[in-house]
Amino acid sequence: MNGLAWMFGAVSLVGAGAVALADPVEDTLVLNGETEIVTRTAAPEHLDGVFDEVISGWLYREDETRVMQADDFDNPGMIFAELARDAWSVAEGSEGKSCADCHGEPEDMAEVRPHYPKWNEEAGEVRTLEMQINACREDQMGAEPWKYNGGDMVNMTALLSSVSRGLPVSVAIDGPAQSTWEQGKEMYYTRYGQLELACANCHEDNNGRMIRADHLSQGHINGFPTYRLKNTKLNAVQDRFKGCVRDTRAETFAPGSPEFVALELYVASRGNGLSVEGPSVRN
Amino acid sequence: MRIPGIAALAAGLMAFAAGAETVAPTDVSYTDGAVETPLTDAGGDASNGRVIVGDKSQGNCIACHVVSDLADVPFQGEIGPPLDGAGERWSEAELRGIVANAKMMFEGSMMPSFYKVDGFIRPGNAYTGKAADETFGPILSAGQIEDVVAYLVTLKD
Repeated sequence: MNGLAWMFGAVSLVGAGAVALADPVEDTLVLNGETEIVTRTAAPEHLDGVFDEVISGWLYREDETRVMQADDFDNPGMIFAELARDAWSVAEGSEGKSCADCHGEPEDMAEVRPHYPKWNEEAGEVRTLEMQINACREDQMGAEPWKYNGGDMVNMTALLSSVSRGLPVSVAIDGPAQSTWEQGKEMYYTRYGQLELACANCHEDNNGRMIRADHLSQGHINGFPTYRLKNTKLNAVQDRFKGCVRDTRAETFAPGSPEFVALELYVASRGNGLSVEGPSVRN
Repeated sequence: MRIPGIAALAAGLMAFAAGAETVAPTDVSYTDGAVETPLTDAGGDASNGRVIVGDKSQGNCIACHVVSDLADVPFQGEIGPPLDGAGERWSEAELRGIVANAKMMFEGSMMPSFYKVDGFIRPGNAYTGKAADETFGPILSAGQIEDVVAYLVTLKD
C-alpha cells in the first residue's frame, strides 16, 4: 500500500467525529408552533433490558429534514393527507355513504390511530388501520376495498395519523392480541435472508451508527406513513417492512400478510409512548 | 496451493470453474473459524479485491467497515471494526474464514456469510424480494473471496 495514501486515510478517518455525527441529535419538535411531539420517552416495560429510552427516527435525521416536518406547509406528506380529506366526505358504494356520514370530521378520529394495530373482537383478528378502513368500505359503505398500500389507502392513513399527532402511541399487547404480538416479536429477532439480518441487528444493536449512507434509527413506526425524500412519495409502513426484508436478500412478505400484521403490532408497541408523527418526513 | 491431509476427500468434491479448481461452499473446512486451504488454486488478486471491498454490487464491505485505504469511496459504515491493520491482526487463513463465514469464528456475528449456500431462513433471489431459485449461489465466488483475502492481508498498520 502507498504510504502517503495510508497517511491521508488516517487523517480523513476521524472515528470519534463520525460517531458523534451519527448519534441522535438533541432537538424538540413542535408542529406549527403549537403541537408538542414527544420524540424521546421512557421505553415501554416490555423493552426492559433492551432500551431505557425510545427515540423517534426524527432525531436521527438531518437538520433540513427535521425542519420540513415541523410546519404543515413544508411537510409534503400533508398534501396527501389533504387529498384524503377531500375523499373523506365523498359518498361511495351501494350504501351511498361517506366516511363523514358515520364519523363526522377527521379530527373526531384522533383517538383511533394511536391504538392500531388493534384486536377486533367481532372479526377475531388483529387489524391494522388499513384493514379497518377496508372493513368499513366493504361492510358499511358497500364499496370496493382499496389496494392494501395503494395511493388512496396511504393517503387516508396519513389523514388519520395527522389528526392524532401529539397523542402517544398506545397499542395493546396483552389479552387477545398477545399471540399476534409474540409472533411479531419472534419475527423481529429472526435473521432472514442470505444476509441473515434481523430487525434487531440494525435497529436494536446498532442504532445511531451508519450503515453505508444510512443512519440507523431505533426503527419506530410512529412516523408512518412517511414522506421519504429518497422516493418523493408517501410510504406505508408495510411497504417499508417489505423493502427491509428484501434487502436482507430474502423472500420478503407481502403487505397485508398475517406476518406483517404481526410485525407491525410488535414494532408499533416498541414505540408506545412516543407521539404519533405521521405523516412524518424522513430521508 | 497447499493441500492438507484431507486433500483426497476435498479434491474429490472440488468443482471445476474457469479452469481453476475451487472448493464448494459446502466443502469448506474450518478450524477454529480459519480456513487454511485457498478456495481456488487460481491465486488471489489484491487489486481486484480492493475493488470488491468497496463496490456496492460486490462485497460492499465498506457498508459496515471503514477502510482508510479506500478513502475515495464515500459513506463508510460503522457497524463492524475498521479493516485498517486487518492483515496484521489476522492470518491469511483467519481472514479467509472470516470472509467466507464469520459466524464460524464469532458466534452470532452480524456479518453476512459470503461463501455459504445453506441454512438460511427465506433465502431470496438477490435483492428482488422473490424466493431463491436454482441460480442461488454464495454472495461472492471462490475467486472473489480469494481476491478479497489477498487485499486484506495487505492492510498493515
